[in-house]
Amino acid sequence: MAIKNKKLNLKDKYQYLTRDMAWDPSYQKKEDIFPDEQFEGIKISDWSQWEDPFRLTMDAYWKYQAEKEKKLYAIFDAFAQNNGHQNISDARYVNALKLFLSGVSPLEYAAFQGYARVGRQFSGAGARVACQMQAIDELRHSQTQQHAMSHYNKHFNGLHDAAHMHDRVWFLSVPKSFFDDARSAGPFEFLTAISFSFEYVLTNLLFVPFMSGAAYNGDMATVTFGFSAQSDEARHMTLGLEVIKFILEQHEDNVPIVQRWIDKWFWRGFRLLSLVGMMMDYMLPNKVMSWAEAWEVYYEQNGGALFKDLERYGIRPPKYQDIANDAKHHVSHQAWSTFYQYGQATNFHTWMPTGEEMAWLSEKYPDTFDKYYRPRFEHWAKEHAEGRRFYNNTLPQLCQVCQIPTIFTEKDDPGQLSHRQIVHEGERYHFCSDGCCDIFRHEPEKYVQAWLPVHQIYQGNCDGGDVETVVAKYYHINIGEDNFEYIGSPEHQRWLAIKGKAPEPAPERSGQDAA
Amino acid sequence: MSIEIKTHSVEPIRQTYGHIARRFGDKPASRYQEASFDIEAKTNFHYRPLWDPQHTLNDPTRTAIRMDDWYAVTDPRQFYYGAYVGNRAKMQEAAESSYGFSEKRNLLTRMPDATREQLLRLMVPLRHVELGANMNNSKIAGDATATTVAQMHIYQAMDRLGMGQYLSRIALMIDGSTGAALDQSKGYWMTDELWQPMRRLVEDSLVVDDWFELTLLQNLLIDGLLYPLVYDKMDQWLGEQDAEDISMLTEFMRDWFKESLRWTNAMVKTVAGESEANQALLQSWINHWEPRVYSALKPLADASTGVAALDELRDQLATRLNKLGLQSQGESA
Amino acid sequence: MSQLVFIAFQDNDNARYLVDAIAADNPEAEVQHQPAMIRIQAEKRLVINRETMEEVLGREWDVQEMLIDVISIGGNVDEDDDHFILQWN
Repeated sequence: MAIKNKKLNLKDKYQYLTRDMAWDPSYQKKEDIFPDEQFEGIKISDWSQWEDPFRLTMDAYWKYQAEKEKKLYAIFDAFAQNNGHQNISDARYVNALKLFLSGVSPLEYAAFQGYARVGRQFSGAGARVACQMQAIDELRHSQTQQHAMSHYNKHFNGLHDAAHMHDRVWFLSVPKSFFDDARSAGPFEFLTAISFSFEYVLTNLLFVPFMSGAAYNGDMATVTFGFSAQSDEARHMTLGLEVIKFILEQHEDNVPIVQRWIDKWFWRGFRLLSLVGMMMDYMLPNKVMSWAEAWEVYYEQNGGALFKDLERYGIRPPKYQDIANDAKHHVSHQAWSTFYQYGQATNFHTWMPTGEEMAWLSEKYPDTFDKYYRPRFEHWAKEHAEGRRFYNNTLPQLCQVCQIPTIFTEKDDPGQLSHRQIVHEGERYHFCSDGCCDIFRHEPEKYVQAWLPVHQIYQGNCDGGDVETVVAKYYHINIGEDNFEYIGSPEHQRWLAIKGKAPEPAPERSGQDAA
Repeated sequence: MSIEIKTHSVEPIRQTYGHIARRFGDKPASRYQEASFDIEAKTNFHYRPLWDPQHTLNDPTRTAIRMDDWYAVTDPRQFYYGAYVGNRAKMQEAAESSYGFSEKRNLLTRMPDATREQLLRLMVPLRHVELGANMNNSKIAGDATATTVAQMHIYQAMDRLGMGQYLSRIALMIDGSTGAALDQSKGYWMTDELWQPMRRLVEDSLVVDDWFELTLLQNLLIDGLLYPLVYDKMDQWLGEQDAEDISMLTEFMRDWFKESLRWTNAMVKTVAGESEANQALLQSWINHWEPRVYSALKPLADASTGVAALDELRDQLATRLNKLGLQSQGESA
Repeated sequence: MSQLVFIAFQDNDNARYLVDAIAADNPEAEVQHQPAMIRIQAEKRLVINRETMEEVLGREWDVQEMLIDVISIGGNVDEDDDHFILQWN
């Protein structure tokens, strides 16, 4: 046989090198090998229609990823050797990293587990391989984050027990329950939740402007891992869009199921991102863009284009999108107010913005900040200046679904707290919104199981009945080091010493600012 | 601007994370340690999985093996992601140069037709075994409840995909990238008597539910006989059939298998050493699966190296298992 | 309503060549410089051509090399040996 070698194009080569290795089983039944593919009601008639979202063979994967890792670890080493933490804009910035390591990094790990699992579950080999590659990428992210934060942990408080805290601390049940929700769902819902709604629609809001902000605050280690992780994310986002298009194209009966998942996971993601909004508006001393601006670019503009594209499948933008779009003017302020009041029970410090920072907030939020939030903040700043730093000692009511305290307000009435409740099988359940209430109504048997931190404390399941014992013993938060007000904290003093300044117990604030 | 840095302010206040310090003491930790220990969620899961309501998420009872601490199983190679891809990037660079050389010099197309036919019948169908191994290891990575264990299996899953791709490329070189050789080879996998016991075994492995039983079956028993049979014994035999050039295309697999022995041995030794109950369970799985693996490979040995070569390897596997406190049906056991 | 596609790169040396190539092939595209990143957006469609990149770089260039420097994208991806296209339908 006379043979001439010709170079394959990327697409053909990739099909030979992935899905062609699969076969139709005959010794075991297909539904026994893939037992989880049916129960969600998604109809897949032909897996061969799957479009590979990216075409990376393992040899290329190893090569490119090793190159990325080499660059990344060179920077980590240089950062640690040169005590790079001393060059950040201000030590307050590190508090965002504490929230990141305890709130986000464990999700990367959960994503690894989730994708490893669905990477086995689909009967389409192309989809399996794409999911497995995301699985190992997510493991990468969880590990590079541990390594990036390792140096900070040696010099700052609150980073020392992130995974332990993620399993226990009250506000960390917000991200944890989000991912538990996705991982406990079926494989198609998992991909709709994480690949599409989270990775494609919302993750830019976390990684792009926030990481750009890290760069702007002199944090070389974080911006490097953040952007290096994002280079994998571009592949994950492509997977997210392909998944949705594939499911929708397979059968018209899939459309209403997917629409409901999009509604649910948009809302759940939007609530989760309240924490990121607060990080951007309050925890970055040097600001890149406001949360509202980021929401406009990365959700309203990009998400708008996306949902317009999906119209042809009969998909509409997520339900309650209008409420989310309006809330961009409020959520970061509401979240920061909450954490400020409960700073005794957090692994990071809180503070009131300086006069200059409040002026920036007024400029970025002309319709809401001065009217609804500034008066409260100035009152708290004044109380603090007079030796009465405010802490709220009443445990808050948590939403049964998103698990955030019911702190959000009604769309058309920012003076009115949004609160919904329903009775299910004789029990009363509380919600922060119609969005969360709808999610409960559809799967009450799931959400009644929620491990609500406040309930758990009251039921005595957290090593003690009083907040101080719970915080110290159960959460592993070092009282007086990790928690409370930033101004005058040991960390603040240390930072002043690094910068060669005198200790400063009182808040930095001029009288004129507080007018 | 004069900044006076007081020495005490540059001294670290701790050397590593609390969860690492609780295991290894508060001293500077290795990257492997910080990436691998106690970063997986352990408690307070919110919802039972819809796909397995009998268990919680991250439930250690998804295997019948009991460990007081699964983190006792560690990786002798100390691979975290960065170390893993760095290592494999080097291996693939060497492989790429061999494949490039082979392609440029048309080494495979110069072989006698009968030899090429043998490669397509006896070696290339193993790409399907690799895909089965890929699926099994991905499942294990999703089910295992300690990062030290889970990460070894996702690396293993991706390795198997990669080796399946290398085997596929051998066929693509033979057929000039038309895919015809791959179709032919897949036909053997589906219908040739030679492969049916093996295909049955792989399909049976895909319905094994207990993840530790599955890692024992896949990564110790199947690989433990298959890799030395194909990439040592059959490699020699192919060399005698004018196919010595194939050897440089399977160098990756030989290096890989040698490396995998380190962690598979360490893992099984630790688990067997934990308790008599574990040892008994592992032994019962070996008793069940080892004879099946042997018979699944017998036709392949018959058609190539001869069964004596397989028997010799079976003895070596028995010796290997003996060192781990376990037994199998090899002669030297 | 306008439908923007976008791509964002890490602000590094590779990105400068990519931006030059993109600007050459997509004259309507808007290039935004932000801390540590460069974001490029365009109405409906944005293309990166291998041929243009090879001219700009003066060497052979594999479309997948781009994966190292990309931070994020928005739009449907169409990728082959010769181009990487982002578009909305």
